[in-house]
Amino acid sequence: MGVELTHQYTEYIAMEDQEEVEEDVSITDWDLVYHVRDALLSVKTGDRSSYHQLVGVLHHRDRSAPDKVALLLTSLKALSGAVSYINDVDHVSLLQSIFGMSMWNCVPDVMDALLELIICLAASNGKYVDLCLDMLVNNFMPPMESDMLRHPRGQAKRDQVLPRVHTGLEVIVDLVPLAALKLSTTVVQKRPMFFRKDFNMDRLKCRMEIYLKNMLMLEGSAIREFVGNSMLVEVVNMMLELDVAIGWDELLRDDPSKGIFIMELEDEEEEADDDGQANDGELPSTLTLRNLGKNVTADLLDSLMIQFLEHLEACAEKKRLSEVFETLLSSFMATILNTYKSKFSQFTIFYACALDPENCGVKFAQTLVDLFISTCNPPVTRMSAVAYLSSYLARGKFLSAAFVMNMLKRLVDWCLRYCEEQDSDMNPKAHKVFYSACQGIMYVLCFHMKSIMNVPTLKSQLLLMPIEPILKHKLGPLEVCLPSIVNEFLKQAKAAHLFTISKAFIFEDLLESDLSRDFGGLERLDMFFPFDPCLLKKCDRGFIRPHFIYWNHVKTTYDDDEEDSSDEDIADDFGVLNEENFMEEGMARSFDQDIDLDEFDYVMNKMSITPKNTSGFHFGGQRMPSKIRPSTSPESL
Amino acid sequence: MEGLSKSDANLIVYVHPSQSKNVDKAILRELSSLLFKYSQAFDGVVLAYSVDPQDKCARILSGVHPYFGVRLRANLLIFSPKPNMLLEGKVVKITRESIHCIVLGFSSAIITDENIRNELKYKAKHGEGVYVSRYHKRHVIKVGAVIRFEVKSLDEEILHISGSLIPANTGSVHWLDKYFVDAATDSNKETKTEEEMEMQEQITVGGEMLSFVNDHEIKKSKKRRRAEDQ
Repeated sequence: MGVELTHQYTEYIAMEDQEEVEEDVSITDWDLVYHVRDALLSVKTGDRSSYHQLVGVLHHRDRSAPDKVALLLTSLKALSGAVSYINDVDHVSLLQSIFGMSMWNCVPDVMDALLELIICLAASNGKYVDLCLDMLVNNFMPPMESDMLRHPRGQAKRDQVLPRVHTGLEVIVDLVPLAALKLSTTVVQKRPMFFRKDFNMDRLKCRMEIYLKNMLMLEGSAIREFVGNSMLVEVVNMMLELDVAIGWDELLRDDPSKGIFIMELEDEEEEADDDGQANDGELPSTLTLRNLGKNVTADLLDSLMIQFLEHLEACAEKKRLSEVFETLLSSFMATILNTYKSKFSQFTIFYACALDPENCGVKFAQTLVDLFISTCNPPVTRMSAVAYLSSYLARGKFLSAAFVMNMLKRLVDWCLRYCEEQDSDMNPKAHKVFYSACQGIMYVLCFHMKSIMNVPTLKSQLLLMPIEPILKHKLGPLEVCLPSIVNEFLKQAKAAHLFTISKAFIFEDLLESDLSRDFGGLERLDMFFPFDPCLLKKCDRGFIRPHFIYWNHVKTTYDDDEEDSSDEDIADDFGVLNEENFMEEGMARSFDQDIDLDEFDYVMNKMSITPKNTSGFHFGGQRMPSKIRPSTSPESL
Repeated sequence: MEGLSKSDANLIVYVHPSQSKNVDKAILRELSSLLFKYSQAFDGVVLAYSVDPQDKCARILSGVHPYFGVRLRANLLIFSPKPNMLLEGKVVKITRESIHCIVLGFSSAIITDENIRNELKYKAKHGEGVYVSRYHKRHVIKVGAVIRFEVKSLDEEILHISGSLIPANTGSVHWLDKYFVDAATDSNKETKTEEEMEMQEQITVGGEMLSFVNDHEIKKSKKRRRAEDQ
């Protein structure tokens, strides 16, 4: 029978080659289906020879011989017609070989036939749905041992395979609606893990990139109604996982005296270069950014973020950003918000807000304020929320001053109520939520006071705001919050005639105080400013930067009063910094020799809000604890 | 269509302490987790529910997590297809080997060619497959049509039904509703409906299940209606 079958196959193939023009063909598709059915049925009676032959055909590895390919194609087509005769007891090896096939190794015709067979199998029996979904999800990526994605040929293959796989999934969901529920779980479970030591990093990176592409394709597909949300959540989780795996220690390993603050300066410089002419070559070679660039995990995260941000852009173009944003926001609340050491993932939501400031941007801020004000939430969540809110309000270029004022007003109102209820003295631990709110308010005002003062209506609003009674309350927020922020704020407030503080603060030059550390708790929420400049190079340059406010672009209220503009200060500052750090490189840099170290410190204090405290800039000095890392807590955690 | 029933259930939902700030939401979430899944307890799939709490107090389970049990009375709509029941589904795909349809928008069903009676013949019209009756030219099953079929078996895990179009009272609902009454007068068909009627009776009498009759139900013989009224 087996021999006969093969013979008939070949006959059929020959017939196909003649494009079925002959009328008197002896074998039709339907006959072939019957042959396969017989082969399947005969297993029960003990005659397995034709069945084995069939399984053998599926295992042909030689894809170059046209006759072998044709045989495979014919067998797959015939099997599609005989799926109801396949059972999972007698035909285990057949099922194994079908599900073990990879579309990446097939020619397009065979891909189509295989896909059709998989669809038929999924629709024929509930038992196969899971296996079929598994098989298709496995085809999201080329076979494990394959390196094809690195070659142009692999890219072309990808364009052949992925659309087919996704069409297959859509058809299966049409035929078996509940498969959609299983699909999300399957996709989540099959996600490649990055932390496998036994794997070639580059290959893993390619696999993760293509897997993410598939997840985003699912999110944008016709079945997104069923799987879209879980895909988005999983994409965020995936990035978060990589994010927390990049320790600050890794970033700063080369030279602990360089930190995020230096980064920001370099960033600025780079930006200036970009504006003028691209001269990356002139950049100092020991950039922290470079160090980050060498980090494979950071590199991968960068490329995943770019894919995701591009996807968000595409969603915005299709006018469905708000729908995606809902999910993004809830996943943010569930995961990123409370993740300690999240450094980059939060920029996804920042970018979504930037794409649609009127809806998403407003919603994000409002949700954070609500979260902060609601007493149901644990203090850590509320402090994180206010840290996110203040950082977001300060850094989002797309937010109007009026909106910022609006949000500030809610915070100020809450603080005022809190002050009225409290009659106790300063206690950083007990009132940490309050202190974090005060710090947030000051932080935002450091960035926006000037722009608010420029609009008469907003100015009067600000002047009427009961900021003074809050900050002068005996809870002593000015003494507890980060001295750098307090100083900068007081300076600006004085220049804007908002209010003045006569009391001299002893911590004038301190980067942080014991009190601020106290209220920040173990999580160091006192110096958590999540939207500090994004360190992922490509992501930052291509997407975030246009929507981002850098500190040295901020016009402060005291600018007008001073002879030198802050821009000049900053230019000087760059010079000093670069000189100091990169002198050994022999980089000739112009800088103002007249600035002595104290003045320089002052400039630093003035400019840096988060980074300075944490940058380890004074590493080795007397004042700066060496172990503190940017925007996060000590590594002892 | 058969297989649908309403059920009054006394339930206790155990709420995790972390959900205690919004118990209503936690209860709804717990009940929603029953939806579209086969549940042994109800011997079917919960399609819809409405709840009202019985008591303001909840019982606290002692243990590491002090879950608390909230007593509820829930009204559930349950779908429990059993062999030999008649179900209706919308056809989504037709091939020479099978007809695929979706029941109630979520459960998939397949009728393979050996379960399609010989009267119905596969034809490819303009590249699209249809099944046409050999005796009644107007009895056509095509993609998008609603068909009535008999349940052969059910895969509970993914609610996959294997069906049959062998009985004469199965096929396109559109055609059956219009013409099947006349055809049912044949002695052959009458015995069929007779059997079906008995089955229906058993279901109504046997449990709390109520037979679900919708507008598209086949017009029943007077005798059968009487039987049901009792």
